[in-house]
Amino acid sequence: MLTIENLHAAVDGKSILKGVDLDVKAGEIHAIMGPNGSGKSTLASVIAGNEVYEMTKGNLLLNGEDINELDAEERAHKGVFMSFQYPVEIPGVSVTNFIKTAINSSRKAQGLEDMPASEMLKKIRQKAALLEIDTKFLSRSLNEGFSGGEKKRNEIFQMAMLEPKLSILDETDSGLDIDALKIVANGVNKLRNKNNAVIIITHYQRLLNYIAPDFVHVLHNGKIVKSGTKDLAHELEAKGYDWVKQESS
Amino acid sequence: MAYTEEELKKELETKEYEYGFYTDIESETFPVGLNEKIVTAISKKKNEPQWMTSWRLDAYRAWLKMDEPDWANVNYKKPDFQAISYYSAPKKQDKYKSLDEVDPELLETFNKLGISIDEQKKLSGVAMDIVIDSVSVATTFRDTLAKKGIIFCPISEAIKDHPELVKKYIGSIIPSTDNYYAALNSAVFSDGSFCYIPKGVKCPMELSTYFRINQGGTGQFERTLVIADEGSYVSYLEGCTAPSRDENQLHAAVVELIAHDNAEIKYSTVQNWYPGNKEGKGGVYNFVTKRGICHNNSKISWTQVETGSAVTWKYPSCILKGDNSIGEFYSIAVTNNFQQADTGTKMIHIGKNTRSTIISKGISAGKSQNSYRGLVQVNSRAHNARNFSQCDSLLMGNECGAHTFPYIEAKNNSAQIEHEATTSKIGEDQIFYCNQRGIDNEKAIALIVNGFSKEVLNKLPMEFAVEAQKLLEISLEGSVG
Repeated sequence: MLTIENLHAAVDGKSILKGVDLDVKAGEIHAIMGPNGSGKSTLASVIAGNEVYEMTKGNLLLNGEDINELDAEERAHKGVFMSFQYPVEIPGVSVTNFIKTAINSSRKAQGLEDMPASEMLKKIRQKAALLEIDTKFLSRSLNEGFSGGEKKRNEIFQMAMLEPKLSILDETDSGLDIDALKIVANGVNKLRNKNNAVIIITHYQRLLNYIAPDFVHVLHNGKIVKSGTKDLAHELEAKGYDWVKQESS
Repeated sequence: MAYTEEELKKELETKEYEYGFYTDIESETFPVGLNEKIVTAISKKKNEPQWMTSWRLDAYRAWLKMDEPDWANVNYKKPDFQAISYYSAPKKQDKYKSLDEVDPELLETFNKLGISIDEQKKLSGVAMDIVIDSVSVATTFRDTLAKKGIIFCPISEAIKDHPELVKKYIGSIIPSTDNYYAALNSAVFSDGSFCYIPKGVKCPMELSTYFRINQGGTGQFERTLVIADEGSYVSYLEGCTAPSRDENQLHAAVVELIAHDNAEIKYSTVQNWYPGNKEGKGGVYNFVTKRGICHNNSKISWTQVETGSAVTWKYPSCILKGDNSIGEFYSIAVTNNFQQADTGTKMIHIGKNTRSTIISKGISAGKSQNSYRGLVQVNSRAHNARNFSQCDSLLMGNECGAHTFPYIEAKNNSAQIEHEATTSKIGEDQIFYCNQRGIDNEKAIALIVNGFSKEVLNKLPMEFAVEAQKLLEISLEGSVG
């Protein structure tokens, strides 16, 4: 699904990622963990195509296709989705209108007509039910006045509607209480299938109590310094990041 | 591509004016210059009665003694009023009786403007009056309206056919000496629309006027008079375009609304005069005076979408004279490149329990300057007056300006006046968020701008809301067409 080769990236001339290699296959869930400032969120942004970050070296391959030069929206059209750590507010634009615009933009890029309203409505109802979202919520302005939990749930709802191939969840657990965390994790589990893949970016392992990753990677100083299975997350929880830092230096 | 401020600005610069075509219709145009002879000649051309000619001459003489106002937050080279032609009309003397008689070039113009009169008739049920340069060229649906006693015709005809109404109301809300441009308009106006809704009649369709300046070196000075008699209702819409020209053209209109007891007038404007090119050359000077009076329990609602003109100076206002009357002002003003807009409203509370609402949305891009200027005045006997004002500004890029000048004068202690204002900027993070969901930059901007303007767009009649939404996108989105 996604192959990252020797990825280097910088922001404002400051080098952040210093050679990341990662291979994510369809059906897999990968967790990327690491201390603050290790480059986790940069990695998510670079994959999504946010060019505030400059990719200085390396390759990004999506299903074998080089996506280095693609704009963020083109990557989205090819099935890349990112759940934002801090979703932005767009006043006056309803969740429904936003999602409709997003879906039809991708359809247009694929040479398809706009999704018929009835089909859209059916899909919205289905996905809202799946994620236990009150449909009243969908008429509200995008993220405006949303609580932390509502924002993250809205991200997962968009993920459900867009049916991406590759989803990157950037610190989705931050700012969530345990109930909201469970709902979000449940949603991700329900959306998971053998044709899509998920990358979970997280500082703490608590989200991994609810979403079981196939692989866990530790990012430190812009590089993946350790990879393992779910057990690695527990080990990190017990020993702290200092353990990895010492080992890698 | 990342969406930086630089790129955002560059993209906005490429905006094209869609309506910048010129129609080659034979026109009859007066020589340039303004004097009593020209004023008299215009009046004669229209076969006006003596009282109208005198009224014009009085206005002209008053105008000579007045100074062009310069208190607005706009900078421009003052027009040379002797270099303008004050009358231009598509050649063909008589008013068209049916569409078959209309110059095919003119019909083509309507098509380019996106108004097929035929379709208008069939689909939207909108009665329409079209004014090109100075003369009204086609009015649809008149017979249907006449059956209800509604008069909807060019004002030049109303002067002849309904002199008692015109004489009674013209200049009654905006005296010819009200201000510099109103005086000029009173002297030289050549056409415009007239509308009278009889007592108790709800006008069954939207009434609409489309204004277009076609001929070079001319000014357009239209005059609109809408009278809603007791207990009646009318919704009125005007649209405006002009060809792209290097020189600045002058548009100085006057609109007067009269809402009698228990009547309601909804007046919507989609203004898309040529805004000038991206270096700020050319464009229309839009100096407009609009005012309405509300008698007891009546309501006037102004809605405007202002995307065009190089310079806009316009304050549609309500005089809330009657008890329990309501005034509303909903505005979206978009400025891009070197456009300047100084627009807002005046709500004059005179009657008891009068209410007014002001919602103003200013969107500035490029190097433009966008000002809201509004007055809320509560007179001493206006007990329990209420006003709510909300002025929001949206900025794109770092070189534009948004300004708010609210004035409040309350002379009655029972008045409740609220004013809210916000300023926001389209952020790169918002654009990236949209991009990540597969929405490109242009569509993202359109989405954000439409969201910002939603409260006002919702006030427009359905068909025009769609048109206005499209216009906002064209005005701000670069190469979308």
